[in-house]
Amino acid sequence: MQTTGFTSSASSKLGDRLFGGLAKSFAWLTLILLAGIIIALVYASWPSIQAFGIGFLFSDAWNPPMEDFGGLIPIYGTIVTSVIALLIAVPVSFGIALFLTELSPAWLRRPLGTAIELLAAIPSIVYGMWGLLVFSPIFAKYIQPALQSSIGHVPVIGKLFAGAPLGIGLLCAGIILAIMIIPYVASVMRDVFEVTPPMLKESAYGVGCTTWEVMWGAVLPYTKNGVIGGVMLGLGRALGETMAVTFVIGNTNFLDSASLFAPGNSITSALANEFAEADPGLHTAALMELGLILFVITLIVLVVSKLLLLQLAKGEGTKS
Amino acid sequence: MNLLARRKLTNQVALTLSLSAMAFGLFWLAWILWTVLDLGLSGLSASLFTEMTPPPGADTGGLANAIVGSLIMVVLATLLGTPVGILAGVYLAEYGRHHRLGAVTRFINDLLLSAPSIVIGLFVYAVVVAQTGKFSAWSGVIALALIVLPVVVRTTENMLQLIPNTLREAAFALGAPKSVVISKVTLRAARAGVLTGVLLAVARIAGETAPLLFTALSNQFWSLNLNEPMANLPVTIFKFAMSPFTNWQELAWAGVFLITMGVLLLNIVARVFLRAEKIN
Repeated sequence: MQTTGFTSSASSKLGDRLFGGLAKSFAWLTLILLAGIIIALVYASWPSIQAFGIGFLFSDAWNPPMEDFGGLIPIYGTIVTSVIALLIAVPVSFGIALFLTELSPAWLRRPLGTAIELLAAIPSIVYGMWGLLVFSPIFAKYIQPALQSSIGHVPVIGKLFAGAPLGIGLLCAGIILAIMIIPYVASVMRDVFEVTPPMLKESAYGVGCTTWEVMWGAVLPYTKNGVIGGVMLGLGRALGETMAVTFVIGNTNFLDSASLFAPGNSITSALANEFAEADPGLHTAALMELGLILFVITLIVLVVSKLLLLQLAKGEGTKS
Repeated sequence: MNLLARRKLTNQVALTLSLSAMAFGLFWLAWILWTVLDLGLSGLSASLFTEMTPPPGADTGGLANAIVGSLIMVVLATLLGTPVGILAGVYLAEYGRHHRLGAVTRFINDLLLSAPSIVIGLFVYAVVVAQTGKFSAWSGVIALALIVLPVVVRTTENMLQLIPNTLREAAFALGAPKSVVISKVTLRAARAGVLTGVLLAVARIAGETAPLLFTALSNQFWSLNLNEPMANLPVTIFKFAMSPFTNWQELAWAGVFLITMGVLLLNIVARVFLRAEKIN
């Protein structure tokens, strides 16, 4: 290393204070950014908040020429697709995490883990285009008719699978979302399973538990906060995912059946499709309000996720 | 069936399901990559890089303006977001480790890390586009920089925390002021990790579409003017893929191929890089 004269002159002290101050102000910037986003969204959606009030959440109107707007259909679409995604992604992610921590031979762990993480690296527009042009035709031709002829006849649940198999729609969007959030949920689950104290697992194996019993009876209860945190992180991702959903959800503001085969709209797809061409005024404000609703829901989900994961990290220090 | 046999059977079933979950995950990765390779490679040609995006119905054309526009915006956004992110990360790791501001910032930064990118687009629209009255490449750059920021903050902080305190103490003992300790010792020791964070951030914004939809918009023509809408790959792909024209769809697949390969390459380089450095 080169010799540097560290004479504690006044100038180096000033430099020190400047550097520290700059670092601190950039840390503040992060805080201001979050506050700024909320303030800007509230400000921009204010005309719509004033015009429609709380009724915005429960109205299914979306009529730009008449300036009558309601968020029910996009909100419904966002929630339904995210729930479908979770129903598929959570058990699959648990299986993947179990495989990576307990079953996989050591030399395969890293490449397989990386492969799953690469699913998260693929840009969402790629999922969207693949979903629309490759997946949805196959989905409409083989999987949707199969679903209709099997669970389609079950009372009540069967209604979810009624209607023409178009391929695109709420179910298709949910499935693609599931593939997209699997890497996030699986990697959190794997990480929290790995921090389980070996003693706990060895004790369980020692009293004769099978691998499954060790996971279900010892590791899962110990890590449940972390696992729920991971699931919430996945939910946060699913709620805000834009491009993949926009391609395959069908983009219609008309909804008259409970069927998951029906095309719909989500908050993000409504924004992606309409925002750039929206008239200034109420139309833009209503879209901004949708964005605000999305941001608030996502923030709540992420805060819960973060708190649960932090709790687990804290426990790690105290339990041996 | 006795209890032991049933327990063993449950175990077998569960482990088989776990194996199939793994296969399920890999299946989608393989399918998507195969599609991208299959349809993307056939669209690759020299004209892709030399010709502009074609008007509807044309048989020729390329993506030159979109590729260059994407490169410009990604580079500028990285240049804008990285220094701010590194310094904020330095604050979290070196100054605010036990401060309340540090804890709050860390928490908020993690929220921003997972916040929907389309909301960032709305924010920049409200703050920049609506104020200046027009869509511009600059607003796209700002939106992308805001996505770079939390990624870089997070990795910089994590990497600095891995640096042993003895290294800092040794530097302080030589009489170095804190700014010198950080810039010449700890940041230098953590540079591979920090660079990895930057690479991952670039990979993240390279394919980002949502925040550009109402900031940089798109442009059918060659334009290097940052005050005007600028063509970029993701928005062009979105427009072309949704269209009924075969030529446009083929170009979109070629664009998807370029983005996917670029992003996967960045991810793999970042991982290999970090691992090589850790072994040293």
